[in-house]
Amino acid sequence: MEIYINGNIRKFDSGNMTISALIVTLNLTGKRLAIEKNGEIVPRSQFSEEKLQDGDKLEIVGAVGGG
Amino acid sequence: MNEQLMIAGKPYYSRLLVGTGKYKDFTETRAAIDASGAQIVTVAIRRTNIGQTAGEPSLLEYLPPEEFTYLPNTAGCYSADDAIRTLRLARELLDGHKLVKLEVLGDPKTLYPNVIETIAAAKVLVKDGFDVMVYTSDDPIIAKQLEDIGCCAVMPLASLIGSGMGILNPWNLQIIIENSNIPVLVDAGVGCAADAAIAMELGCDGVLMNTAIAAARDPVLMASAMKKAIEAGRESFLAGRMPKKLYSASPSSPTSGMIG
Repeated sequence: MEIYINGNIRKFDSGNMTISALIVTLNLTGKRLAIEKNGEIVPRSQFSEEKLQDGDKLEIVGAVGGG
Repeated sequence: MNEQLMIAGKPYYSRLLVGTGKYKDFTETRAAIDASGAQIVTVAIRRTNIGQTAGEPSLLEYLPPEEFTYLPNTAGCYSADDAIRTLRLARELLDGHKLVKLEVLGDPKTLYPNVIETIAAAKVLVKDGFDVMVYTSDDPIIAKQLEDIGCCAVMPLASLIGSGMGILNPWNLQIIIENSNIPVLVDAGVGCAADAAIAMELGCDGVLMNTAIAAARDPVLMASAMKKAIEAGRESFLAGRMPKKLYSASPSSPTSGMIG
């Protein structure tokens, strides 16, 4: 399936993946981040249940230096 | 001095709030913030780098959220919708954290605030339960409207973001301060320690700055200077300055007991 992540399209072999699994795949384990799926925030507590579908649009954000 | 700055019901000893951007590296960021004595630090919310990020250090490791009060901002947002979306993500990112800095910019050349979009965003965010510290122009009417909406602090610019031009309109700031029932912090435009002291002498409750420290030749030393300027300016304001007179005919030394 294809998922848009932070504006870029990415292909995954699995057609059935949770956000938790995606985080592992993207090497983001342990990072503090927030995720929006198709414009809606997915609470961290739901990462392990939230399933991804072909065409989903994700924003994955973190805190960086700024004024 | 033991008097505290109250923001959204929480006391802070430091009246200097600092940004965390534009530093050489995180070690310098941390050293400057330590020297500044700041308790509230602003952070930006940005897309996480996907790919080569394993093992990459993060700001949060250098500035643990347990040690500092994070103030996530909406820097780079040009519409109310983008700002609201960014701060909802920030709240999720920081485990329900409510204190935020709202700024909605008008154009990328000047970074002048768009107060119309700012007001629209403030209304939604306050209703949504956020404690909103709001960056705005130095227009006293807009500042009052933002207070009436329910923002917890109003933060007029001294001059434009990153300009280091200092306080361009102390009279407007004075009107804002006199009319405000919430803390007034100067945000943006401070260039040197004297500017920060002047803001505090005007009666500001605090100052928020980033570039003035980060872009100094020696950021850590400037952070220390800013800390002292904020404290000196605050004490000078509380002490109450002597009235200005063109001349006084009242010398500081006794007029009696002169020899001869």
